[in-house]
Amino acid sequence: MTEMEDAIKVNNLVTHYGDRVILKSISFAVPRGQTTVILGGSGCGKSTLLKHLIGLLRPTSGQILINNGNIAAMNEGELDEIRKKMGVLFQGAALLNSMTLADNVALPLREHTKLEDSTIQIMVRMKLDLVGLSGFEHFFPSQLSGGMKKRAGLARAMALDPEFLFFDEPSAGLDPVTAAGLDKLILKLRDVFKMTIVVVTHELPSVFMIADYVIMLDLGDVVFAGTLDELRISEHPRVRMFLERRPETEVYSPEDYFRFIAGD
Amino acid sequence: MRSIAEIFFGALGRKALGSLKGLHDTSRLINTTFYWTVVSPLRGKPVRLRASVSEVVKTGYNSIPIVSVIAFFVGIILALQAAYQLKKLGALIYVASLVGVSITRELGPILTAIIVAGRSGSAFAAEIGSMKAAEEVDALISMGINPVRFLVVPKLLAMMLMLPALTIIADGVGLFGGFFLSVTLLGIHPSNYIQQTASSLMHKDVFTGLVKAWAFGVAITIVGAYQGFKVEGGAEEVGSRTTSSVVISIFMVIVFDLFFTVLFYFLT
Ligand SMILES: Nc1ncnc2c1ncn2[C@@H]1O[C@H](COP(=O)(O)OP(=O)(O)OP(=O)(O)O)[C@@H](O)[C@H]1O
Ligand SMILES: [Mg+2]
Repeated sequence: MTEMEDAIKVNNLVTHYGDRVILKSISFAVPRGQTTVILGGSGCGKSTLLKHLIGLLRPTSGQILINNGNIAAMNEGELDEIRKKMGVLFQGAALLNSMTLADNVALPLREHTKLEDSTIQIMVRMKLDLVGLSGFEHFFPSQLSGGMKKRAGLARAMALDPEFLFFDEPSAGLDPVTAAGLDKLILKLRDVFKMTIVVVTHELPSVFMIADYVIMLDLGDVVFAGTLDELRISEHPRVRMFLERRPETEVYSPEDYFRFIAGD
Repeated sequence: MRSIAEIFFGALGRKALGSLKGLHDTSRLINTTFYWTVVSPLRGKPVRLRASVSEVVKTGYNSIPIVSVIAFFVGIILALQAAYQLKKLGALIYVASLVGVSITRELGPILTAIIVAGRSGSAFAAEIGSMKAAEEVDALISMGINPVRFLVVPKLLAMMLMLPALTIIADGVGLFGGFFLSVTLLGIHPSNYIQQTASSLMHKDVFTGLVKAWAFGVAITIVGAYQGFKVEGGAEEVGSRTTSSVVISIFMVIVFDLFFTVLFYFLT
Protein backbone atom coordinates (compact mmCIF):
# COMPACT_ATOMS: atom_id res chain seq x y z
CA MET A 1 0.00 0.00 0.00
CA THR A 2 2.67 2.50 1.01
CA GLU A 3 4.62 1.73 -2.15
CA MET A 4 1.90 2.45 -4.67
CA GLU A 5 -0.31 4.94 -2.86
CA ASP A 6 -1.61 7.68 -5.15
CA ALA A 7 -0.62 11.23 -4.24
CA ILE A 8 -2.56 12.86 -7.05
CA LYS A 9 -5.64 11.52 -8.77
CA VAL A 10 -7.28 13.12 -11.78
CA ASN A 11 -10.80 12.05 -12.69
CA ASN A 12 -12.52 12.92 -15.98
CA LEU A 13 -10.73 16.24 -16.34
CA VAL A 14 -12.08 18.41 -19.16
CA THR A 15 -10.51 21.78 -19.96
CA HIS A 16 -11.13 24.51 -22.50
CA TYR A 17 -9.45 27.70 -23.66
CA GLY A 18 -12.47 29.70 -24.74
CA ASP A 19 -14.50 27.33 -26.89
CA ARG A 20 -11.55 25.11 -27.78
CA VAL A 21 -11.35 21.86 -25.88
CA ILE A 22 -7.77 21.09 -24.81
CA LEU A 23 -8.09 18.05 -22.54
CA LYS A 24 -11.01 15.73 -23.24
CA SER A 25 -11.98 13.95 -20.07
CA ILE A 26 -8.68 12.47 -18.94
CA SER A 27 -8.10 10.32 -15.84
CA PHE A 28 -4.85 9.14 -14.32
CA ALA A 29 -3.04 8.81 -11.00
CA VAL A 30 0.39 9.92 -9.83
CA PRO A 31 2.09 7.55 -7.37
CA ARG A 32 3.55 9.01 -4.18
CA GLY A 33 7.28 9.34 -3.71
CA GLN A 34 8.09 8.65 -7.35
CA THR A 35 8.93 10.62 -10.46
CA THR A 36 6.07 10.73 -12.92
CA VAL A 37 6.74 12.06 -16.39
CA ILE A 38 3.96 13.52 -18.49
CA LEU A 39 5.01 13.01 -22.07
CA GLY A 40 3.54 14.29 -25.29
CA GLY A 41 4.08 16.24 -28.47
CA SER A 42 4.12 20.02 -28.68
CA GLY A 43 0.74 21.62 -28.14
CA CYS A 44 -0.96 18.49 -26.81
CA GLY A 45 -1.81 20.23 -23.56
CA LYS A 46 1.00 19.29 -21.16
CA SER A 47 1.58 22.77 -19.78
CA THR A 48 -2.17 23.23 -19.55
CA LEU A 49 -2.49 20.04 -17.53
CA LEU A 50 0.33 21.14 -15.24
CA LYS A 51 -1.36 24.49 -14.64
CA HIS A 52 -4.47 22.63 -13.55
CA LEU A 53 -2.51 20.38 -11.21
CA ILE A 54 -1.08 23.40 -9.39
CA GLY A 55 -4.42 25.19 -9.30
CA LEU A 56 -3.55 28.04 -11.69
CA LEU A 57 -6.40 27.19 -14.02
CA ARG A 58 -9.86 25.90 -13.19
CA PRO A 59 -11.13 22.88 -15.14
CA THR A 60 -14.41 22.95 -17.04
CA SER A 61 -15.35 19.74 -15.23
CA GLY A 62 -13.75 16.82 -13.42
CA GLN A 63 -11.82 16.31 -10.22
CA ILE A 64 -8.19 16.86 -9.26
CA LEU A 65 -7.52 15.13 -5.95
CA ILE A 66 -4.33 16.09 -4.15
CA ASN A 67 -3.89 14.21 -0.89
CA ASN A 68 -7.56 13.32 -1.37
CA GLY A 69 -8.72 16.97 -1.44
CA ASN A 70 -10.37 18.12 -4.65
CA ILE A 71 -8.53 21.30 -5.64
CA ALA A 72 -10.98 21.93 -8.48
CA ALA A 73 -13.62 22.73 -5.88
CA MET A 74 -11.48 24.74 -3.45
CA ASN A 75 -11.57 28.48 -2.88
CA GLU A 76 -8.39 30.58 -3.14
CA GLY A 77 -7.71 30.43 0.58
CA GLU A 78 -7.82 26.63 0.69
CA LEU A 79 -5.77 26.47 -2.51
CA ASP A 80 -3.06 28.65 -0.97
CA GLU A 81 -2.69 26.11 1.86
CA ILE A 82 -2.20 23.31 -0.67
CA ARG A 83 0.17 25.46 -2.72
CA LYS A 84 2.53 25.75 0.24
CA LYS A 85 3.09 22.00 -0.12
CA MET A 86 4.00 22.39 -3.79
CA GLY A 87 7.09 23.67 -5.52
CA VAL A 88 6.93 24.57 -9.19
CA LEU A 89 9.72 25.12 -11.68
CA PHE A 90 8.30 26.94 -14.68
CA GLN A 91 9.40 26.53 -18.28
CA GLY A 92 11.37 29.78 -18.17
CA ALA A 93 12.27 29.53 -14.44
CA ALA A 94 10.08 32.61 -13.75
CA LEU A 95 12.42 34.14 -11.19
CA LEU A 96 11.42 37.65 -10.15
CA ASN A 97 13.78 39.84 -12.16
CA SER A 98 13.68 42.71 -9.72
CA MET A 99 15.20 40.66 -6.89
CA THR A 100 18.52 38.96 -6.23
CA LEU A 101 18.74 35.18 -6.17
CA ALA A 102 18.83 35.17 -2.39
CA ASP A 103 15.68 37.29 -2.18
CA ASN A 104 13.96 35.10 -4.76
CA VAL A 105 14.63 31.97 -2.75
CA ALA A 106 13.79 33.74 0.50
CA LEU A 107 10.47 35.02 -0.81
CA PRO A 108 8.27 32.01 0.10
CA LEU A 109 9.95 31.83 3.50
CA ARG A 110 9.35 35.52 4.20
CA GLU A 111 5.74 35.30 3.05
CA HIS A 112 4.72 32.09 4.76
CA THR A 113 6.89 31.70 7.85
CA LYS A 114 7.74 33.87 10.81
CA LEU A 115 11.40 32.88 10.84
CA GLU A 116 14.15 35.29 11.86
CA ASP A 117 15.94 36.86 8.93
CA SER A 118 19.22 35.27 10.00
CA THR A 119 17.58 31.83 9.89
CA ILE A 120 16.17 32.58 6.48
CA GLN A 121 19.63 33.58 5.23
CA ILE A 122 21.01 30.22 6.37
CA MET A 123 18.17 28.31 4.71
CA VAL A 124 18.64 30.25 1.49
CA ARG A 125 22.32 29.38 1.46
CA MET A 126 21.46 25.70 2.02
CA LYS A 127 19.00 25.65 -0.87
CA LEU A 128 21.37 27.41 -3.24
CA ASP A 129 24.11 25.01 -2.20
CA LEU A 130 21.81 22.07 -2.95
CA VAL A 131 21.47 23.20 -6.57
CA GLY A 132 25.14 24.14 -6.89
CA LEU A 133 24.71 27.90 -6.86
CA SER A 134 26.43 28.90 -3.64
CA GLY A 135 28.25 32.17 -4.06
CA PHE A 136 25.61 33.57 -6.42
CA GLU A 137 23.35 34.97 -3.67
CA HIS A 138 23.70 38.56 -4.81
CA PHE A 139 23.32 37.99 -8.52
CA PHE A 140 20.22 39.13 -10.34
CA PRO A 141 18.41 36.66 -12.63
CA SER A 142 19.43 38.66 -15.72
CA GLN A 143 23.08 37.97 -14.88
CA LEU A 144 22.63 34.18 -15.03
CA SER A 145 22.68 31.62 -17.83
CA GLY A 146 19.56 29.63 -18.69
CA GLY A 147 20.75 26.55 -16.83
CA MET A 148 21.63 28.56 -13.73
CA LYS A 149 18.22 30.22 -13.79
CA LYS A 150 16.53 26.83 -13.85
CA ARG A 151 18.59 25.67 -10.90
CA ALA A 152 17.81 28.87 -9.05
CA GLY A 153 14.12 28.36 -9.82
CA LEU A 154 14.47 24.88 -8.37
CA ALA A 155 16.06 26.28 -5.22
CA ARG A 156 13.08 28.59 -4.83
CA ALA A 157 10.63 25.76 -5.47
CA MET A 158 12.39 23.83 -2.71
CA ALA A 159 12.32 26.70 -0.22
CA LEU A 160 9.41 25.45 1.87
CA ASP A 161 10.50 21.78 1.64
CA PRO A 162 7.45 20.86 -0.40
CA GLU A 163 5.81 17.47 -0.63
CA PHE A 164 5.29 17.84 -4.38
CA LEU A 165 7.57 19.21 -7.05
CA PHE A 166 6.35 20.12 -10.52
CA PHE A 167 8.62 20.78 -13.49
CA ASP A 168 7.57 22.22 -16.83
CA GLU A 169 10.11 21.22 -19.48
CA PRO A 170 13.15 21.32 -17.18
CA SER A 171 15.63 20.59 -19.96
CA ALA A 172 14.11 22.74 -22.72
CA GLY A 173 16.68 25.13 -24.12
CA LEU A 174 19.61 23.59 -22.24
CA ASP A 175 22.64 21.87 -23.70
CA PRO A 176 22.74 18.06 -23.19
CA VAL A 177 25.32 18.24 -20.40
CA THR A 178 23.45 20.87 -18.40
CA ALA A 179 20.17 19.05 -19.02
CA ALA A 180 21.66 15.80 -17.74
CA GLY A 181 22.90 17.68 -14.66
CA LEU A 182 19.39 18.88 -13.96
CA ASP A 183 18.06 15.35 -14.42
CA LYS A 184 20.56 14.07 -11.87
CA LEU A 185 19.41 16.76 -9.48
CA ILE A 186 15.80 15.63 -9.92
CA LEU A 187 16.80 12.03 -9.15
CA LYS A 188 18.66 13.20 -6.06
CA LEU A 189 15.64 15.08 -4.79
CA ARG A 190 13.44 12.02 -5.15
CA ASP A 191 15.92 9.74 -3.42
CA VAL A 192 16.97 12.07 -0.62
CA PHE A 193 13.75 13.92 0.16
CA LYS A 194 11.22 11.25 -0.99
CA MET A 195 9.27 13.89 -2.86
CA THR A 196 6.50 13.22 -5.33
CA ILE A 197 7.79 14.69 -8.57
CA VAL A 198 5.83 15.45 -11.73
CA VAL A 199 7.82 16.38 -14.81
CA VAL A 200 6.34 17.59 -18.08
CA THR A 201 8.64 17.02 -21.02
CA HIS A 202 9.08 15.82 -24.57
CA GLU A 203 12.78 15.03 -24.26
CA LEU A 204 13.17 11.26 -24.57
CA PRO A 205 16.68 10.90 -23.06
CA SER A 206 15.45 12.74 -20.02
CA VAL A 207 12.39 10.48 -19.74
CA PHE A 208 14.48 7.31 -19.68
CA MET A 209 16.79 8.79 -17.08
CA ILE A 210 14.34 10.10 -14.50
CA ALA A 211 10.93 8.47 -14.96
CA ASP A 212 9.49 5.84 -12.65
CA TYR A 213 6.05 6.23 -14.12
CA VAL A 214 5.01 7.68 -17.48
CA ILE A 215 1.78 9.24 -18.68
CA MET A 216 1.57 10.02 -22.36
CA LEU A 217 -0.87 12.58 -23.76
CA ASP A 218 -1.89 12.89 -27.36
CA LEU A 219 -4.50 15.26 -28.80
CA GLY A 220 -5.94 15.87 -25.35
CA ASP A 221 -6.22 12.20 -24.37
CA VAL A 222 -4.14 9.85 -22.23
CA VAL A 223 -2.81 7.22 -24.63
CA PHE A 224 -0.49 5.51 -22.17
CA ALA A 225 -0.01 5.27 -18.42
CA GLY A 226 2.46 2.85 -16.87
CA THR A 227 6.01 2.23 -15.76
CA LEU A 228 9.06 2.91 -17.87
CA ASP A 229 9.41 -0.79 -18.71
CA GLU A 230 5.81 -0.96 -19.82
CA LEU A 231 6.42 2.09 -22.02
CA ARG A 232 9.35 0.39 -23.76
CA ILE A 233 7.23 -2.58 -24.80
CA SER A 234 4.01 -0.71 -25.48
CA GLU A 235 2.43 -1.49 -28.84
CA HIS A 236 0.31 1.67 -29.02
CA PRO A 237 0.98 3.27 -32.42
CA ARG A 238 1.29 6.83 -31.05
CA VAL A 239 3.73 5.65 -28.37
CA ARG A 240 5.82 3.79 -30.94
CA MET A 241 5.84 6.86 -33.18
CA PHE A 242 7.03 9.02 -30.34
CA LEU A 243 9.69 6.58 -29.14
CA GLU A 244 11.01 5.93 -32.62
CA ARG A 245 10.84 9.62 -33.55
CA ARG A 246 8.82 8.89 -36.67
CA PRO A 247 7.23 11.92 -38.33
CA GLU A 248 3.50 12.34 -38.69
CA THR A 249 2.31 10.41 -41.79
CA GLU A 250 1.39 12.68 -44.68
CA VAL A 251 -2.24 13.63 -44.57
CA TYR A 252 -2.29 15.12 -48.04
CA SER A 253 -1.06 13.81 -51.36
CA PRO A 254 1.11 16.42 -53.13
CA GLU A 255 -1.77 17.38 -55.44
CA ASP A 256 -4.18 17.77 -52.54
CA TYR A 257 -1.61 19.77 -50.64
CA PHE A 258 -1.14 22.10 -53.59
CA ARG A 259 -4.87 22.56 -53.89
CA PHE A 260 -5.06 23.16 -50.14
CA ILE A 261 -2.49 25.95 -50.12
CA ALA A 262 -3.83 27.41 -53.35
CA GLY A 263 -7.06 27.85 -51.44
CA ASP A 264 -9.78 25.84 -53.23
CA MET B 1 -25.37 36.74 -47.43
CA ARG B 2 -25.93 38.49 -44.13
CA SER B 3 -27.92 41.67 -44.15
CA ILE B 4 -26.32 45.01 -43.25
CA ALA B 5 -28.43 45.15 -40.09
CA GLU B 6 -27.24 41.70 -39.04
CA ILE B 7 -23.62 42.68 -39.48
CA PHE B 8 -24.12 45.99 -37.73
CA PHE B 9 -25.96 44.64 -34.70
CA GLY B 10 -23.67 41.64 -34.56
CA ALA B 11 -20.64 43.90 -34.35
CA LEU B 12 -22.39 46.16 -31.85
CA GLY B 13 -23.32 43.18 -29.67
CA ARG B 14 -19.80 41.75 -29.71
CA LYS B 15 -18.38 45.15 -28.82
CA ALA B 16 -20.89 45.52 -25.97
CA LEU B 17 -20.15 42.03 -24.64
CA GLY B 18 -16.44 42.79 -24.86
CA SER B 19 -16.68 45.99 -22.87
CA LEU B 20 -19.01 44.28 -20.40
CA LYS B 21 -16.30 41.72 -19.76
CA GLY B 22 -13.76 44.52 -19.40
CA LEU B 23 -16.04 46.20 -16.87
CA HIS B 24 -16.45 42.96 -14.97
CA ASP B 25 -12.70 42.32 -14.87
CA THR B 26 -12.02 45.90 -13.78
CA SER B 27 -14.49 45.72 -10.93
CA ARG B 28 -12.95 42.42 -9.86
CA LEU B 29 -9.52 44.01 -9.80
CA ILE B 30 -10.85 46.96 -7.79
CA ASN B 31 -12.53 44.56 -5.36
CA THR B 32 -9.41 42.47 -4.86
CA THR B 33 -7.24 45.55 -4.49
CA PHE B 34 -9.62 47.00 -1.91
CA TYR B 35 -9.61 43.69 -0.03
CA TRP B 36 -5.81 43.48 0.20
CA THR B 37 -5.40 47.19 0.97
CA VAL B 38 -8.06 47.61 3.63
CA VAL B 39 -9.69 44.38 4.79
CA SER B 40 -6.77 41.98 5.02
CA PRO B 41 -4.50 44.33 7.07
CA LEU B 42 -7.36 44.58 9.58
CA ARG B 43 -7.32 40.78 9.75
CA GLY B 44 -3.65 40.77 10.59
CA LYS B 45 -1.96 40.34 7.22
CA PRO B 46 -0.13 43.64 6.82
CA VAL B 47 0.73 45.31 3.52
CA ARG B 48 4.30 45.13 2.21
CA LEU B 49 5.75 48.21 3.80
CA ARG B 50 9.24 48.06 2.34
CA ALA B 51 7.91 47.65 -1.20
CA SER B 52 5.52 50.54 -0.63
CA VAL B 53 8.38 52.80 0.43
CA SER B 54 10.36 51.91 -2.67
CA GLU B 55 7.30 52.68 -4.80
CA VAL B 56 6.99 56.03 -3.04
CA VAL B 57 10.54 56.81 -4.09
CA LYS B 58 10.04 55.57 -7.66
CA THR B 59 6.66 57.15 -8.40
CA GLY B 60 6.77 60.14 -6.09
CA TYR B 61 10.20 61.35 -5.14
CA ASN B 62 11.69 60.85 -8.60
CA SER B 63 8.86 62.87 -10.18
CA ILE B 64 9.55 65.99 -8.12
CA PRO B 65 11.98 67.64 -10.60
CA ILE B 66 9.81 67.25 -13.68
CA VAL B 67 6.61 68.18 -11.85
CA SER B 68 8.31 71.30 -10.46
CA VAL B 69 9.71 72.48 -13.76
CA ILE B 70 6.42 72.02 -15.60
CA ALA B 71 4.40 73.66 -12.83
CA PHE B 72 6.77 76.64 -12.83
CA PHE B 73 6.40 77.13 -16.58
CA VAL B 74 2.64 76.73 -16.44
CA GLY B 75 2.48 79.32 -13.65
CA ILE B 76 4.34 81.78 -15.90
CA ILE B 77 2.20 80.98 -18.95
CA LEU B 78 -0.99 81.34 -16.96
CA ALA B 79 0.05 84.71 -15.54
CA LEU B 80 0.96 86.01 -18.99
CA GLN B 81 -2.31 84.84 -20.53
CA ALA B 82 -4.29 86.38 -17.68
CA ALA B 83 -2.37 89.66 -17.95
CA TYR B 84 -3.08 89.82 -21.68
CA GLN B 85 -6.81 90.17 -20.93
CA LEU B 86 -6.80 91.86 -17.56
CA LYS B 87 -4.44 94.62 -18.68
CA LYS B 88 -7.14 95.90 -21.02
CA LEU B 89 -9.50 96.21 -18.06
CA GLY B 90 -6.87 97.84 -15.91
CA ALA B 91 -7.23 95.00 -13.43
CA LEU B 92 -3.75 93.58 -13.60
CA ILE B 93 -3.70 92.72 -9.90
CA TYR B 94 -6.34 90.04 -10.53
CA VAL B 95 -3.63 88.02 -12.22
CA ALA B 96 -2.78 86.85 -8.70
CA SER B 97 -6.33 85.62 -8.04
CA LEU B 98 -6.63 83.89 -11.37
CA VAL B 99 -3.29 82.15 -11.11
CA GLY B 100 -3.93 81.11 -7.50
CA VAL B 101 -7.37 79.64 -8.06
CA SER B 102 -6.68 77.92 -11.40
CA ILE B 103 -3.47 76.36 -10.21
CA THR B 104 -4.78 74.97 -6.93
CA ARG B 105 -8.22 73.91 -8.10
CA GLU B 106 -7.40 72.64 -11.53
CA LEU B 107 -3.99 72.81 -13.13
CA GLY B 108 -1.86 71.62 -10.23
CA PRO B 109 -3.72 68.31 -9.80
CA ILE B 110 -4.24 67.63 -13.48
CA LEU B 111 -0.70 68.45 -14.58
CA THR B 112 0.68 66.25 -11.86
CA ALA B 113 -1.70 63.45 -12.76
CA ILE B 114 -0.80 63.57 -16.45
CA ILE B 115 2.92 63.53 -15.71
CA VAL B 116 2.52 60.64 -13.27
CA ALA B 117 0.28 58.74 -15.70
CA GLY B 118 3.03 59.02 -18.30
CA ARG B 119 5.83 58.08 -15.92
CA SER B 120 4.34 55.62 -13.44
CA GLY B 121 1.08 54.40 -14.97
CA SER B 122 3.01 53.15 -17.96
CA ALA B 123 5.72 51.71 -15.73
CA PHE B 124 3.10 49.74 -13.77
CA ALA B 125 1.62 48.29 -16.96
CA ALA B 126 5.06 47.42 -18.32
CA GLU B 127 6.27 45.88 -15.07
CA ILE B 128 3.20 43.75 -14.43
CA GLY B 129 2.81 42.94 -18.13
CA SER B 130 6.34 41.65 -18.54
CA MET B 131 5.99 39.65 -15.32
CA LYS B 132 2.83 38.15 -16.73
CA ALA B 133 4.55 37.29 -20.01
CA ALA B 134 7.47 35.65 -18.19
CA GLU B 135 5.15 33.51 -16.01
CA GLU B 136 6.36 35.43 -12.94
CA VAL B 137 2.78 36.19 -11.98
CA ASP B 138 1.95 32.47 -12.24
CA ALA B 139 4.99 31.76 -10.10
CA LEU B 140 3.74 34.14 -7.41
CA ILE B 141 0.32 32.47 -7.39
CA SER B 142 1.90 29.03 -7.24
CA MET B 143 3.87 30.14 -4.18
CA GLY B 144 0.60 31.08 -2.53
CA ILE B 145 1.33 34.81 -2.89
CA ASN B 146 -1.50 36.94 -4.18
CA PRO B 147 -0.16 39.03 -7.08
CA VAL B 148 -2.52 41.91 -6.35
CA ARG B 149 -1.30 42.12 -2.77
CA PHE B 150 2.29 41.70 -3.87
CA LEU B 151 2.35 44.07 -6.84
CA VAL B 152 -0.62 46.41 -6.87
CA VAL B 153 -1.18 47.35 -3.22
CA PRO B 154 2.26 48.92 -2.66
CA LYS B 155 1.82 50.95 -5.84
CA LEU B 156 -1.65 52.03 -4.82
CA LEU B 157 -0.54 53.17 -1.37
CA ALA B 158 2.38 55.07 -2.87
CA MET B 159 0.14 56.78 -5.41
CA MET B 160 -2.55 57.67 -2.87
CA LEU B 161 0.12 59.34 -0.79
CA MET B 162 2.33 60.83 -3.46
CA LEU B 163 -0.16 62.27 -5.92
CA PRO B 164 -1.54 64.71 -3.33
CA ALA B 165 2.01 65.40 -2.14
CA LEU B 166 3.25 66.11 -5.64
CA THR B 167 0.18 68.26 -6.21
CA ILE B 168 1.08 70.39 -3.19
CA ILE B 169 4.53 70.85 -4.69
CA ALA B 170 3.05 71.68 -8.11
CA ASP B 171 0.68 74.18 -6.45
CA GLY B 172 3.52 75.86 -4.61
CA VAL B 173 5.88 76.04 -7.56
CA GLY B 174 3.08 77.06 -9.95
CA LEU B 175 2.07 79.93 -7.67
CA PHE B 176 5.69 80.95 -7.47
CA GLY B 177 5.91 80.91 -11.29
CA GLY B 178 2.99 83.32 -11.55
CA PHE B 179 4.47 85.47 -8.79
CA PHE B 180 7.88 85.50 -10.44
CA LEU B 181 6.48 86.66 -13.77
CA SER B 182 4.16 89.26 -12.24
CA VAL B 183 6.78 90.98 -10.10
CA THR B 184 9.39 91.01 -12.85
CA LEU B 185 7.70 91.45 -16.21
CA LEU B 186 4.34 92.88 -15.16
CA GLY B 187 5.77 95.14 -12.47
CA ILE B 188 3.26 94.21 -9.77
CA HIS B 189 4.52 94.92 -6.28
CA PRO B 190 5.42 91.66 -4.50
CA SER B 191 3.48 92.37 -1.31
CA ASN B 192 0.39 93.37 -3.29
CA TYR B 193 0.60 90.18 -5.26
CA ILE B 194 0.92 88.04 -2.15
CA GLN B 195 -1.91 89.84 -0.41
CA GLN B 196 -4.17 89.45 -3.43
CA THR B 197 -3.37 85.74 -3.67
CA ALA B 198 -4.02 85.22 0.03
CA SER B 199 -7.34 87.02 -0.02
CA SER B 200 -8.73 85.22 -3.08
CA LEU B 201 -7.43 81.74 -2.34
CA MET B 202 -9.54 79.70 0.05
CA HIS B 203 -8.74 76.51 1.95
CA LYS B 204 -11.36 74.65 0.00
CA ASP B 205 -9.66 75.49 -3.31
CA VAL B 206 -6.54 73.70 -2.18
CA PHE B 207 -8.53 70.94 -0.50
CA THR B 208 -10.70 70.08 -3.51
CA GLY B 209 -7.54 69.95 -5.62
CA LEU B 210 -6.02 67.42 -3.24
CA VAL B 211 -9.16 65.27 -3.25
CA LYS B 212 -8.97 65.20 -7.02
CA ALA B 213 -5.30 64.29 -6.90
CA TRP B 214 -6.02 61.38 -4.60
CA ALA B 215 -8.71 60.05 -6.95
CA PHE B 216 -6.40 60.47 -9.95
CA GLY B 217 -3.78 58.41 -8.14
CA VAL B 218 -6.23 55.57 -7.61
CA ALA B 219 -7.42 55.70 -11.23
CA ILE B 220 -3.90 55.68 -12.70
CA THR B 221 -2.85 52.73 -10.55
CA ILE B 222 -5.90 50.64 -11.38
CA VAL B 223 -5.64 51.35 -15.12
CA GLY B 224 -1.91 50.53 -15.19
CA ALA B 225 -2.34 47.33 -13.20
CA TYR B 226 -5.37 46.26 -15.24
CA GLN B 227 -3.54 46.70 -18.54
CA GLY B 228 -0.55 44.81 -17.12
CA PHE B 229 -2.60 41.84 -15.96
CA LYS B 230 -4.35 41.74 -19.35
CA VAL B 231 -1.11 40.73 -21.10
CA GLU B 232 -1.49 37.17 -22.32
CA GLY B 233 1.11 36.83 -25.03
CA GLY B 234 4.67 38.03 -25.30
CA ALA B 235 6.76 41.17 -25.30
CA GLU B 236 5.00 42.99 -28.13
CA GLU B 237 1.75 42.89 -26.21
CA VAL B 238 3.50 44.50 -23.24
CA GLY B 239 4.30 47.44 -25.52
CA SER B 240 0.75 47.93 -26.76
CA ARG B 241 -0.71 47.50 -23.26
CA THR B 242 1.71 50.09 -21.93
CA THR B 243 0.59 52.55 -24.58
CA SER B 244 -3.08 51.97 -23.84
CA SER B 245 -2.45 52.35 -20.13
CA VAL B 246 -1.19 55.90 -20.72
CA VAL B 247 -4.02 56.82 -23.09
CA ILE B 248 -6.73 55.33 -20.88
CA SER B 249 -5.40 56.72 -17.63
CA ILE B 250 -5.15 60.25 -19.06
CA PHE B 251 -8.69 59.83 -20.34
CA MET B 252 -9.84 58.60 -16.91
CA VAL B 253 -8.08 61.52 -15.22
CA ILE B 254 -10.02 63.97 -17.39
CA VAL B 255 -13.32 62.13 -16.77
CA PHE B 256 -12.75 62.13 -13.01
CA ASP B 257 -11.75 65.78 -13.20
CA LEU B 258 -14.99 66.65 -14.95
CA PHE B 259 -16.97 64.70 -12.37
CA PHE B 260 -15.28 66.33 -9.39
CA THR B 261 -15.35 69.80 -10.87
CA VAL B 262 -19.11 69.53 -11.41
CA LEU B 263 -19.54 68.03 -7.94
CA PHE B 264 -17.53 70.73 -6.17
CA TYR B 265 -19.22 73.46 -8.19
CA PHE B 266 -22.59 72.48 -6.79
CA LEU B 267 -21.35 71.49 -3.35
CA THR B 268 -19.71 74.80 -2.55
N1 LIG C 1 -3.59 31.12 -22.84
C1 LIG C 1 -4.06 30.38 -23.86
N2 LIG C 1 -5.15 30.76 -24.54
C2 LIG C 1 -5.66 30.02 -25.56
N3 LIG C 1 -5.12 28.88 -25.98
C3 LIG C 1 -4.03 28.41 -25.35
C4 LIG C 1 -3.43 29.14 -24.25
N4 LIG C 1 -2.35 28.45 -23.82
C5 LIG C 1 -2.28 27.35 -24.60
N5 LIG C 1 -3.28 27.32 -25.50
C6 LIG C 1 -3.52 26.24 -26.51
O1 LIG C 1 -3.68 25.02 -25.83
C7 LIG C 1 -2.98 23.98 -26.48
C8 LIG C 1 -2.10 23.26 -25.49
O2 LIG C 1 -1.10 24.15 -25.05
P1 LIG C 1 0.02 23.75 -24.01
O3 LIG C 1 0.84 24.95 -23.73
O4 LIG C 1 -0.62 23.07 -22.86
O5 LIG C 1 0.85 22.71 -24.86
P2 LIG C 1 2.15 21.92 -24.45
O6 LIG C 1 1.81 20.48 -24.54
O7 LIG C 1 2.69 22.41 -23.16
O8 LIG C 1 3.13 22.30 -25.63
P3 LIG C 1 4.73 22.54 -25.57
O9 LIG C 1 5.35 21.19 -25.52
O10 LIG C 1 5.00 23.22 -26.90
O11 LIG C 1 5.03 23.41 -24.41
C9 LIG C 1 -2.21 24.60 -27.62
O12 LIG C 1 -2.81 24.20 -28.82
C10 LIG C 1 -2.34 26.09 -27.44
O13 LIG C 1 -2.63 26.69 -28.67
MG1 LIG D 1 4.47 23.65 -22.53
